[in-house]
Amino acid sequence: METNYILEMRHISKSFPGVKALDDVTLCVRPGTVHSLMGENGAGKSTLMNCLFGIYSKDSGEIILDGEKVNFHSPSEALNNRVSMVHQELNQVPNQTVMENLWLGRFPLKYKLIDEKRIYEKTKEIFDDLEIDIDPKMKVGSLKVSQKQMIEIAKAVSYDSKIIVMDEPTSSLTEREVEHIFQIINKLVNKGSSIIYISHKMEEILRISNDVTVMRDGKWISTNPARELTTDNIIQKMVGRELKDRYPKRNAKVGKVMLEVKNLSSAAPCFKNVSFELHSGEIIGIAGLVGAKRTEILEILFGLRKKGEGEIIVNGKKVENRNPREAMANGFAMLTEERRLDGIFAGQSVRFNTTIANMKKYEKHGLLKESSMRNDSNKMISTMKIKTPSEKNKIENLSGGNQQKVILGRWLLTDPEILLLDEPTRGIDVGAKFEIYQLINELAVQGKGVIVVSSEMPELFGIADRIVVMSSGRQAATLQTKEVGQVEVMEAAARYI
Amino acid sequence: MKMSKTQIKEIMAEKAIFIVFIILLIGIIIVEPKFLSFNNFRNIFAQSSTKIIIALAAGMVLVVQGVDLSTGRMIGLAAVVFASLVQAPEYAYRMYPGLKQMPIIIPLLIVMLICLAFGAASGLAVAIFKVPPFIATLGMQLILYGISSIYFDRPPYGAQPIGGISPSVTNIATGSIGIGEFKIPYLIIIALIVCILCWIMWNKTKFGKYMFAVGGNPEAAKVSGVNVIKTQVMVYALAGMMYAIAAALEVARIGSASNTTGNGYEMDAVAACVIGGVSLSGGIGSVGGIVVGVLIFTVINYGLAFIGVNMYWQYIVKGAIILLAVIIDMRKYTKRK
Repeated sequence: METNYILEMRHISKSFPGVKALDDVTLCVRPGTVHSLMGENGAGKSTLMNCLFGIYSKDSGEIILDGEKVNFHSPSEALNNRVSMVHQELNQVPNQTVMENLWLGRFPLKYKLIDEKRIYEKTKEIFDDLEIDIDPKMKVGSLKVSQKQMIEIAKAVSYDSKIIVMDEPTSSLTEREVEHIFQIINKLVNKGSSIIYISHKMEEILRISNDVTVMRDGKWISTNPARELTTDNIIQKMVGRELKDRYPKRNAKVGKVMLEVKNLSSAAPCFKNVSFELHSGEIIGIAGLVGAKRTEILEILFGLRKKGEGEIIVNGKKVENRNPREAMANGFAMLTEERRLDGIFAGQSVRFNTTIANMKKYEKHGLLKESSMRNDSNKMISTMKIKTPSEKNKIENLSGGNQQKVILGRWLLTDPEILLLDEPTRGIDVGAKFEIYQLINELAVQGKGVIVVSSEMPELFGIADRIVVMSSGRQAATLQTKEVGQVEVMEAAARYI
Repeated sequence: MKMSKTQIKEIMAEKAIFIVFIILLIGIIIVEPKFLSFNNFRNIFAQSSTKIIIALAAGMVLVVQGVDLSTGRMIGLAAVVFASLVQAPEYAYRMYPGLKQMPIIIPLLIVMLICLAFGAASGLAVAIFKVPPFIATLGMQLILYGISSIYFDRPPYGAQPIGGISPSVTNIATGSIGIGEFKIPYLIIIALIVCILCWIMWNKTKFGKYMFAVGGNPEAAKVSGVNVIKTQVMVYALAGMMYAIAAALEVARIGSASNTTGNGYEMDAVAACVIGGVSLSGGIGSVGGIVVGVLIFTVINYGLAFIGVNMYWQYIVKGAIILLAVIIDMRKYTKRK
């Protein structure tokens, strides 16, 4: 067995309820190299790193660090063994100073008290070495996002690690700052550390990496030296899955235009100039990477976010949709991305959760008609094939997938014309997904218009007639599903990064 | 149906309050068997009447993830205004000597309107300006105390309790309706009517559903088309109205009013709600539970006094029950997560 690796993660598997996040993945990193880890949203990259870093515990497989078998049970254990991580979500305390954030948890002490002078000096030392120009005494909350990211990197570096994992380290950085990071990375690599680099930015990957590993659907696909690869190969490896019969047959009978979105922009700087037309009976998908601002388009259409310039025209009439009530009155319905956040009412019954958006229809002489509510709930339970003993059951007792179905049922009851679905099959098993696709199809057949945001490309290709591709807040392409392949979508998604 | 050990433990934990209550009750009856009489319990229910109305109002605010610290002072304001308008014509120290006697409904509507307005103000502060309810109602509490004190402490009589309440009003608190021995006090009937109306509103109206939606998950409520702002303002306003009704009953019961009437009532109200199963994190609560919560409190207080326990022990028992109730509530909340 070749032992010229600083890190070997062999045959790692990890499952969560209903989902096999990692399936026999092997990753081997050579010392003093930059090893990039690539894959779509949900491919398993972050999960794999979290297993290394002690945030998750793997179900099976082994991790060998510098020749020794290891199994970290917590991030601090990992850090103490010289494995550090720069997270995608910044873990900083805004009210504390830069230097306090850097040394949190391991403050140098003088007579049992925090040695402020030493903290300052050590921080200054690290910053000077990395040529970072930030005053250690500033409060983190007052810094720009790019500066916060630099500090996060400096923190990881300060642990003098053998392995540094960087998860999307350049997502908020300008070109010049990215150059700076690359200089730091080169320095680290020359000193003998290895970097595991997770990013979607193809050009960066090819510039900075020695090796590139591609993951897909929780599986290892390939590991190659960067010089042997091109952007096209990588995209193909990331995306090349067969479209099995996971999607119901669609005979799209597309009618006239029901919704025109013209040069739509958000009020806050987020996205601008999005335009497309939705026909009756049509399903439009919105694709893009994390941060491409897809959800935000739906939020503006539904009145959850302030609209800037541009127009929303429904059946020839201009509408404002200033809040969800107005949007609903104009025939819209929206299934949000995170049902736990703004979807389900956890302490309430299935009936409550199903009927809450439809209350106006149950009112008679000021009181609610219980029988109508009961009938509607039961109707939805059978239509959506929701697994629950009764409509009186508390929704928190249902599985995630069934909860999602309840919310979808909630919206179907309002008899909308235009449905906005944000990741409608997230967290749902394959069988239930098919049922939901069938329902979406049914809605289209009835003449409704559906817009689906999804991070799963096969899903978009399986159910959408057209795909709008967003890239960093700009509309990169509007493609006919039948005329293109996943590669075109990935290219467009990466266009403005 | 065989239950596992853990299931039994769970049920015991949830019903712990009732178990404690039953134990205390049995203890009181053992010490003084006379406690167990129809008359006695009738008095307890009558005394609870105004507290039930207050707790139901406070409960509404808790359900929408709020808390109302202005309860006591709002009752104080309503009490002094109401009392000043229903003094007997022949009373020597009338606040408005020339005022003709009006049907009770008019002063009642006046104070209900006043409290509705102030309640709505608190609601607006919370819903539109996003002031934390604790702070908004704290500020309102002080403002109300100032206003009621200014109204109360005036020439020619200065800070004298507003007394001499017209008998037609005081009769409401003492009177009862019924046949022969079996009489039901007006207070209980009024409280019952309020309970039924509340129950209908909480469970059978659109507004009630919206109240629980906003309290359970305000973001989800917004997405589902609920007017979150309107719902919150209406809750605080309605609560104000109910405080006014309770204040009028208190004036009837006590026979006078001053700017300190109702002081501290919010504490008892919230405590009764928590004991009655209202969640401090919002979205959960029932009319029945709140009524039971108030009754438990009243029985304990009354019972302890009945058997001659030092009045200050009531504070200790009250405090212990509140802590126990919140501990149970927290367990429910963490289990859900």
